[in-house]
Amino acid sequence: MTTTTTSSAPVSDYKPDADGRLLEVDDLHVEFHTQEGVAKAINGVSFDLHQGETLAILGESGSGKSVTAQAVMGILDMPPAVIPSGAIRYCGQDLLTMPEEQRRKMRGPEISMIFQDALSSLNPTFPVGWQIGEMFRQHRGMNKSDAYAQAVRLMERVAIPAAKERVKQYPHQFSGGMRQRIMIAMAIALDPAVLIADEPTTALDVTVQAQIMALLAELQEERQMGLILITHDLGVVADVADRAAVMYAGRIVAKAGIDDLYARPAHPYTRGLLESIPRLDQKGQTLAAIGGLPPNLTRIPAGCAFNPRCRMAQDVCRTDVPALRDVGQQKSACHFAEEVLNG
Amino acid sequence: MTDTIAATVAPGAAGDDVGEARSLTQDAWRSLKKNKMFWISVALIGVFVLMAIWPSLFTSKDPGFGDINNVRATPSAEHWFGTDTQGYDIYARTIYGARASIIVGILASLTTLLLGGVLGVLAGFYGGWLDALLSRITDIFYAIPLILGGILFMASFPNGANSNYFVVVGKVVLVLTVFGWPTIARLMRSSVLQVKPNEYVLAARALGASPWRIIRSHILPNALAPAIVVATINLGVFIVVEATLSFLGIGLTPPAISWGVAISDALNAIRTYPHILLFPSLFLSLAVLAFILLGDAVRDAFDPKSR
Repeated sequence: MTTTTTSSAPVSDYKPDADGRLLEVDDLHVEFHTQEGVAKAINGVSFDLHQGETLAILGESGSGKSVTAQAVMGILDMPPAVIPSGAIRYCGQDLLTMPEEQRRKMRGPEISMIFQDALSSLNPTFPVGWQIGEMFRQHRGMNKSDAYAQAVRLMERVAIPAAKERVKQYPHQFSGGMRQRIMIAMAIALDPAVLIADEPTTALDVTVQAQIMALLAELQEERQMGLILITHDLGVVADVADRAAVMYAGRIVAKAGIDDLYARPAHPYTRGLLESIPRLDQKGQTLAAIGGLPPNLTRIPAGCAFNPRCRMAQDVCRTDVPALRDVGQQKSACHFAEEVLNG
Repeated sequence: MTDTIAATVAPGAAGDDVGEARSLTQDAWRSLKKNKMFWISVALIGVFVLMAIWPSLFTSKDPGFGDINNVRATPSAEHWFGTDTQGYDIYARTIYGARASIIVGILASLTTLLLGGVLGVLAGFYGGWLDALLSRITDIFYAIPLILGGILFMASFPNGANSNYFVVVGKVVLVLTVFGWPTIARLMRSSVLQVKPNEYVLAARALGASPWRIIRSHILPNALAPAIVVATINLGVFIVVEATLSFLGIGLTPPAISWGVAISDALNAIRTYPHILLFPSLFLSLAVLAFILLGDAVRDAFDPKSR
């Protein structure tokens, strides 16, 4: 804890276990019951998150990254979403069986989230300082002028110039990067133990992306938060994340330390993703893309969900679902993980 | 880095400079102040409201005194607007008639905004079976035309000869509320549905805002403007319906004084003495126009996108 974060912070009722484990997602399933049928968005996802750790969740659009995040936050619209099985434990307590009111009070002070589109995540009708201050009014019953003072403090912390003057300006008076900083200020206002960032830089231009990632990394280091970084952009997380989980069609297909993931991918999908990043030193070559599209979640292929797009697919891939298993230092859900790992 | 920040924002130093939040209403007010139409309509409405509260400020004549020897007189220094078929002073009766219209209009607008607003927000925000139920109820009431509903209701519960003035006015307000709220409810529901999927509502949920706070801070400020505009414009409509019911002899009835009653009485002599009809009609039109102008001005001010 630093001097900036200790002001009137109440002691949390939740303590991580002896290993510093904050969050544990265990065999989570999420379905969406729509008129077109049942879309199986999440099919048995498990991961955990420790204090001071950054976990990257990677995957294409529709792979279930955001749904996982929203299930952890408890902000899925139910219905149409249904969670048929699984558990999400925060400091040992199952969030899915917790009364909604208790769970709501955890959002903000314990688990917090920032969103992809900073341009629309702020309410256009109120000044930004009012919106940051709302965190303190809602959760700590603080009065208006104290909440404003806290807002100024947080805006300075996320490096918004002239915070004292700008605290009363409206969202449309800020640039995209500044708005994302304000969103981050709101999310960290109550010192959450876990911060989920759902594609925090996707809507921003490249130079601003780096600044926002640096800010997140700095805050995470300073407050020893557990950070879940959801992105489809492998370039964004390389410097920041400790571990990564790769999702495909609602499953985690690979888990690895961030260096292993980039240097020695153990799943054909991970390798495909890495090969499809444009590289400056390979000018003139055709960019390797993964052929085909991610599966429709109402009709996930039998066997390995990736088999129709996989260059290595054999008969076994079309019948048997590969389990997530240890391969060297990593985990991979591929029947031929060793072959992939060894090139 | 953190140390320098802590030094610059020592408690108190930061708090002193931080004044009031500029709320949405204050902002709307700032843009209203610059609008000419707003001031014209406010001036007109101000005069009408003053007339309603304090009619003796405008005339010393007794609106209940009919000079049977001087009926259907044309405008003169003695009788500015002339006298009607009963010998009443038209100017005095037109001034006193404002009260019924203004009370009915304002009360009915407020009650419809409240009832329709609450039901619309509940239906739009919670959705599901509650929405289905409330929407069907809204449809049922929406299907009954305001005038028809008014006629049916007032004909079923007619005023007695000696009914108290406020009972009669209250009855008209009640009937306008019962048949007038569906417009607001439907409008409110649809604008809540438009606001609800916004990412800032999701973000507010993710940061632990309670449903009540989400409605109050995020849904209402962004969804209320159209309802306020329509409620203001409806105010004019309700004044017209009140006049219509009175015209038909089932709204306000004599001895109550109202523009609708005056217009109804004037019809007998419309060809020979049109001035008897002219003045109450003119005031009625001006009042309706004033509220519609106000509604337009308020719409422009409350729409954050127009700023």
